[in-house]
Amino acid sequence: MVRFSRVGLSYPEGEGAWALSGLDFALTSGSFTWLLGPSGGGKSSLLGLMHLSLRATEGEIEVLDSRISRLPRRAFPALRRRIGVVFQDYRLLAHLSVFENVALPLRIQGLTEARLTADVREILRWVGLLDRADSPPTTLSGGEQQRLALARAVVARPALLIADEPTGNLDAAQARRVIALLREMHRLGTTVIVATHSEALPEEYPAPTLRLEGGRLEGGRLVAHG
Amino acid sequence: MKGGGWSRMAETRLRQLRGRDPLGLRRALSDRLLPALVGAMALLAALALAGADGAGRLAERWQQGEAGQLLMQLPRETPLEPILARLAALPGVVSVAPVPEERLRQLLAPWLGEVPGLPLPRMIAITLRMETDQIPLLEAVQAIPGAQLELRSEAVRLAMRLADGLRALSLAMLGIIGLVAAALVAVATRAGIAARRDTILILHDLGARDADIAGRFARRLAWLCALGALGGLALAIPALWYLAMQALPVVLARDAQPDDLPWALLALLPPAAALIGWGTALVTLRAWLRRLP
Repeated sequence: MVRFSRVGLSYPEGEGAWALSGLDFALTSGSFTWLLGPSGGGKSSLLGLMHLSLRATEGEIEVLDSRISRLPRRAFPALRRRIGVVFQDYRLLAHLSVFENVALPLRIQGLTEARLTADVREILRWVGLLDRADSPPTTLSGGEQQRLALARAVVARPALLIADEPTGNLDAAQARRVIALLREMHRLGTTVIVATHSEALPEEYPAPTLRLEGGRLEGGRLVAHG
Repeated sequence: MKGGGWSRMAETRLRQLRGRDPLGLRRALSDRLLPALVGAMALLAALALAGADGAGRLAERWQQGEAGQLLMQLPRETPLEPILARLAALPGVVSVAPVPEERLRQLLAPWLGEVPGLPLPRMIAITLRMETDQIPLLEAVQAIPGAQLELRSEAVRLAMRLADGLRALSLAMLGIIGLVAAALVAVATRAGIAARRDTILILHDLGARDADIAGRFARRLAWLCALGALGGLALAIPALWYLAMQALPVVLARDAQPDDLPWALLALLPPAAALIGWGTALVTLRAWLRRLP
């Protein structure tokens, strides 16, 4: 499903310093994985490599059975559409309504208006935002915005769901609600990886863990937790 | 209830409209400045087109009038019939006809005014087959006392050179206008990219293809350019009509007619502007998007 083999990443502006190095791990299909580590440890970079917004400097990455280095650039969009991403800063579009934000991945796929409306309403009901469908995202609370970002990430039923600090800005109750939704996606068969710097969440919801510190994985591979 | 139904329908419609513009280009690329600038370009382009077309038509008319046709001038008292018969019998002569005195007076009127009593020479228009050897004709003319043959007027040659120059200048102007319009669209596209950078990146990350994103920009800019060109054309047509009304009585000694404006070329301006907008936006966007992973 996802495989990193001796993966390293250095940013051009980093003057040769490695943001990530020697990453070697695999996520099996339908798994739920915590990505732990302190802020600045490289979690977002690792997730960026996974959802193809960054290219590895060295090593081989395989995502959804596609070897990224051998994939032509024109094949990236189709692969990206099979990956749902919940961004740390939500990345919602303020000029579009809640409904249109969620509809975006389906519009990109070219779905008809009728099919799209049914799917968007279903997902908005699932995250508890159906009654806010026509509101602009800026009028939502932090927890609501995070759920909206989650709705947009899952509306196209992705095979891989990536969440970058999805609870970072939420209170405990809102965080639990978001994690419950992520776990439900996992229960429905989606491969889920969630980055967090919280130590409490993995203890509350035990699952395999990748621990990243200073751009390197602890022990270099996936470790069991709990 | 009825009112609620209408408002829900209106909301759905509004939502669909917004959904068709996920990049928010209606706001980022506004329908004021760019169409106004493209409109000004279209106005200049219309003038250049009309200039090129007018110069072309004039040169063509002069050339047709000149090709193979010669004018022979005779003293007033010379009897015409035997000379006409002699000239018609020469090899390569297609037609020989006296120019009516009334026509001569018409031609001279712009320079000399109406002078009814002015004695005019006799003129014979001789049309030769193309590439005919003119020597027998020249010998025949020399044998007629007082006859002068005007092979090709130097004034007409100069006028044709001027018309050709004008046409070339107008076409060069059109090219420059096209380039400036493309540069304008490129600047507008870059401003649009700057205004919607985050949105483009989000769409890119959600799996939108470069062609989808660039296509949305290109369609919006093509529409704005077409709109601007239509506006420019609406101003250009009355201006061109006014120019035609002023110029044609002087140049061609007749009033302007609707057919005198190059309608087909003018009608091409909005689609040409749209094409420039579409192509430039597409190239600019795709070059920018290629930098993304």
